[in-house]
This record gives sequence, structure tokens and C-alpha cells, in this order.
Amino acid sequence: MAGQDEAREHEPWSAFRQALLNDGMLVATGVDGVYGRSSDYEAVAAAVDRLAVAAGGGQEVVSLRFPPVMPWEVFRANGYLESFPDQMGSIHTFRGDERGHAELVRRAESDEDRSDLLATTDLVLCPAVCHPLYPTQSGSLPEGGRLAEVTGWCFRHEPSRDPFRMQAFRQHDWVYLGSPEGAREHRDRWLTIGAEVLTSLGLPVEQVVANDPFFGRPGRMLAANQRMEELKYELVTPVFEEGRPTAISSSNCHLDHFGRPFAITTADGDVAHTSCFGFGIDRITLALMDRHGTDVLEWPAPIRSMLWP
Amino acid sequence: MSIDETIRQVLADHGRLAIPVETLADDTDLFGAGMTSHASVNVMLALEDAFDFEFTESMLKKSTFESISSIRDGVAQMTEV
Repeated sequence: MAGQDEAREHEPWSAFRQALLNDGMLVATGVDGVYGRSSDYEAVAAAVDRLAVAAGGGQEVVSLRFPPVMPWEVFRANGYLESFPDQMGSIHTFRGDERGHAELVRRAESDEDRSDLLATTDLVLCPAVCHPLYPTQSGSLPEGGRLAEVTGWCFRHEPSRDPFRMQAFRQHDWVYLGSPEGAREHRDRWLTIGAEVLTSLGLPVEQVVANDPFFGRPGRMLAANQRMEELKYELVTPVFEEGRPTAISSSNCHLDHFGRPFAITTADGDVAHTSCFGFGIDRITLALMDRHGTDVLEWPAPIRSMLWP
Repeated sequence: MSIDETIRQVLADHGRLAIPVETLADDTDLFGAGMTSHASVNVMLALEDAFDFEFTESMLKKSTFESISSIRDGVAQMTEV
């Protein structure tokens, strides 16, 4: 479809995008930021995911997997709507009668707007893998808090042709729930562990203060607060010829943002604080391909033996 | 309403403070008094509506909204220009 556009494109990521598509690592779907993945790509992603699990050192943790959809109720309660309405993936369906159905089909065939014929459901697409975890943790935590690991698919509506900015992607998160000090310690410890894992894969990283893309002008205030309080850090690695710093993992101190709405309390009865460290599984996979090429068999032996011991 | 009264009204309506607005001193830390980041955003939008201006980019930060006196300074700065 966009063959000519692709050839004309001269963005920092154009050559990398072309290599991924030409070598079949990613398959375009016609929607920017949504791709099929080849088995080679998935082999790397699975190996990165195994390293993300192994980095926990076999500690006893809550280990949960959720589908890529999440109850609206969780979404509403956790404040995502207040901060990132434009990134939401709201799930809709058809609830009309036969005439409405005929109209829907007619509009689909003539490529007309269908919004007013679709109704919301009680589901949204999961925007961050740790979000479905919190409502399952209501109640009192054990002494010393709790550690959890979750992985899965996230959706954020931010279409881009930059392969590093996907709309649907995977994260592997290590989450702490407990005291404020425990949450900071978890964040700091995992930034170190994460940097070690990434460096061992030949990806140089730098730890930088970051902010989430909060919506609108008020969002700039939230972003400024987040940066000032150094609540979010990213591990960035240089990609493309120009060496653009690109986040491949990140950590967030949520304070009591999740503890409060979901009534999670410490053993002492205080509102729990939480923090998480997330390996960006797709971004790490892509960074490896940017650095070492799309032919996985040609990657340096030490990197291959890290991924497939 | 005076500027101070308007600020206090906005805080009462949008600040979601843990203590009554009447008990706030000019320099009481509003975040310490229970105002969340999101509540401060609503306070900011309500102040813009009440005084009919838009805060400049450089003023969109926590310190602008941390107390009644800092808000008053911010409002003064915005209504001067």
C-alpha cells in the first residue's frame, strides 16, 4: 500500500523500518504501529522475556498473567482516564437491531463513520501490564510487602511509523507493593539489575529522569511534577545511525496512586505504595536488531549465548 | 469576590483538601493538606476559568499551586500582562 511513501520517507528510523519489513522480521498490517512478528523475532523476544524472569533470581513472588483486555472499572479507578484519555483503547460492540445492523454494514461498505452505531463495553485494552494486578492485591500485605511479576500485551493509541513506537507491545514488569521506602528501594535495585541485563546483551544504557505523556496543558504540570520528584526513570540506549536515545526499560514510583483506589494496605495498616520496573520486551528486541542486525544467526556469539545458553 | 475569595472558592470546589478551606493560612502547603496532583490540575483549570486567562507554560508547575500566596502571585503575574 504505502510502497512509494516508504521509499520517499527519510526519517531517522526509515532505514531500520525498511530492513525489518524487507527481512520479514515485522509484517505490516496497514495500521501504523501494529505489526505481525516472524518466528525469528519471537525467538528473540521470548529469550529476552526469559532473561527478564531470571533477573529476579528465583525469589518467591506473585506471578500472574492477564489477557490484553482489562475491566473499564479498573481503568476508571486507577486514574488512567484522567491522565491519558488520548491513548485509551476502548472496546466497542454493536447493540442495535436489524435495521441498525444493516446501516452499520452499509457504512462499512461505503467507508463511512460508524462511531454512533457502536456502543461501549465494560472492557478497555490494557495500557500497562501491571494495571490489572493492583485490584487483585486489595487488603493487607505481608510484613515487608510483596513482590510480583507480570507480563503481557499493552495497547496505547499513538500511531507512528517508527518501529520503536508500537501501538501494541509487550512489557515484563517487576512490581513491589508495600512501604514508601520499600517502593523506592525496589525501583533503585531494579534499575541496577535492568541495566546489568541490558548491558550483558551489548546494549549500552543510560539512566535518565523521564515523564509520562500526560494529556494536554494540565498534563504538562503533571509531567513537570513527575520529573521534579524523579518518579520515573528510563534506561535509554542509542539507536539508529544518529544514536537517538530510546527507552527500552523504565521504572515508576507510583506513590499511593494504586494503593489508595484498590485499598491495598501495609502490614501496619497504612495505604500501600507501589513501584514497578518494566522490561520493554519489544523495544529490547528491536534495539538488539538495530545494533546487531536482522540476521540473528550472525549476532556475536556472546550475545547469542546470553539469549540461548 | 476579591481575588483571595475566588482562590479560596476554587480550592473549596476543586482542591479536594482534607481540611476546611477557611482554616488554611496563606502559606499552608496545599499538597500537604491533601491536594493531589490531579486535584491541582482541576484547580489550575478552574482558576483559568474564574480569572479568564491561561497560565503560561513556565507557570505550569507544582510550586505555582502549592499555597494560597503562591497562587495569588501567579494570578497577579498573569493578570498584569
